[in-house]
Amino acid sequence: MSMADVATDKTGTVWRSRGGDRRSTRTLRLRTSAVLLAATVLAVLLVPPLVQLDQQAVDLAAKLEPPSPAHPFGTDDVGRDLLLRCVYGLRVSLLVGVAAALTATVVGTAVGAAAGALGGWVDRGVMRVVDTISSVPHLLLGIFIVAMFRPGVWPVVASVALTHWLSTARIVRAEVLSLRARPHIDAAVSGGASRWRVTVRHLLPGVLPQAALAAVLMVPHAMWHESALSFLGLGLPTHTASLGNLIQEARGSLLAGQWWPTLFPGLFIIVPTLAVAGLAGAWRERINPRRRSELML
Amino acid sequence: MLELRTVTAGYGGNTPVFRDVSLSVAPGEAVGLLGPSGCGKSTLARVAALLHRPDAGTLLLDGTPVRHWRHRAPREQRTAFGVVFQQARLSADPRLALADVIAEPLRATGRREGAADRVAELAATVGLTADLLSRRPHEVSDGQLQRACLARALVLRPRWLVCDEMTAMLDASTTAALVRVVEDYRAETGAGLLAVGHDRVLLDRWCERTVDWATLTTPAPTPPPGTNKVRRGN
Repeated sequence: MSMADVATDKTGTVWRSRGGDRRSTRTLRLRTSAVLLAATVLAVLLVPPLVQLDQQAVDLAAKLEPPSPAHPFGTDDVGRDLLLRCVYGLRVSLLVGVAAALTATVVGTAVGAAAGALGGWVDRGVMRVVDTISSVPHLLLGIFIVAMFRPGVWPVVASVALTHWLSTARIVRAEVLSLRARPHIDAAVSGGASRWRVTVRHLLPGVLPQAALAAVLMVPHAMWHESALSFLGLGLPTHTASLGNLIQEARGSLLAGQWWPTLFPGLFIIVPTLAVAGLAGAWRERINPRRRSELML
Repeated sequence: MLELRTVTAGYGGNTPVFRDVSLSVAPGEAVGLLGPSGCGKSTLARVAALLHRPDAGTLLLDGTPVRHWRHRAPREQRTAFGVVFQQARLSADPRLALADVIAEPLRATGRREGAADRVAELAATVGLTADLLSRRPHEVSDGQLQRACLARALVLRPRWLVCDEMTAMLDASTTAALVRVVEDYRAETGAGLLAVGHDRVLLDRWCERTVDWATLTTPAPTPPPGTNKVRRGN
């Protein structure tokens, strides 16, 4: 409960603002998400350089051991420590997720803003191309793109980014179209602003909150795609620890009753996803009232 | 001379907002345009200020027909018009402080040096104090924001002023102050004025000549609802 929700006056009466309870659950969700995400990012950034352990170290005598104090997440079928493998896997998956989401957002924003700002036949042409690309199932298209390259991190990033800028382009274009019809753009045109200036000074800043939100929500989605591609054996090379590769390797032992090699990598996908969704939800609630007061609509 | 000859304009639908409207404003003249809500007078003002390409008809600027509108119009032609819109709230970029709103045309046309002085001078003219200049549009009242919008319209010293219901949402004292600023500017520079509105008393006192929309044209059968305020790209 923050200071803003509760006020105490001189007589000691506690005044609670209306909606305080709802706000506190919101705060709880926000804080839980922030802590989980911070823990994830810290683990990914700090564990590999600080902990001098070899994630590839094989110990065939200790293969497929259930979780124990020595191996909190257990070991896999060649005796590698799963906690360490999960952290390294998350590092790769997060890198792919962030890089792909950033690339997709930059491409999508550029295309959407150009289509919206130029309008006319450029807009119609570009949006038909977007419709055409999005009519192909994007996992299939992604598989097609990775299949053209050797397995590695960057083909996976390219595959996810090139199939996911479409929705950002649509969001940005729609926002630009609605902004463009407002009198302050007319005023800028009348004040001698060039097309470029109108776009970068007045239109793009207006769509950036939406684009940033789309980028954040895309990070976990890109991680799933990496996992899906790796699970299919098309993504990262099999010796690289990635969450998709870990689950793929663990398939066989799941049928034999060993649940830990699949459960923990799975959790490592789900937890950052929920944390990002929680943060993005709080962010959306925060930017909406501000936008409403700014636009006075 | 600003001359509209049998102009037809609309927003891409089957029926234009108006057909065959003719109107002229001489340099230094103040013309009031009266009309009911939704008749197309705002659209006419946008056509006259080179902000909306008409479907047919001619716009003559000092005897030369205008061929291009909006970004395609030469910059010196566009900036010869100072435009003030009805809804101040929507006609200022919500991210910019009022000083930046006023200075924006100077920056867009590459006249950065002396911009601060020009903004301070205009702020004094329209009656904005220094602390208001650092606020953003949602932190000031409609009247204060409209004063900033008028300052922005005057900042490039336009030869024509187009005031589209500039005072429709304002109280009497702000209305009087804004009209006085416009008149002082016109007395100083000899700029022409097209003032659009539906307040006959105000326009009669403000302008030398007040024309009724009905005398300009035969209106199109049914203007599509909402075309007056909600505009799609053109």
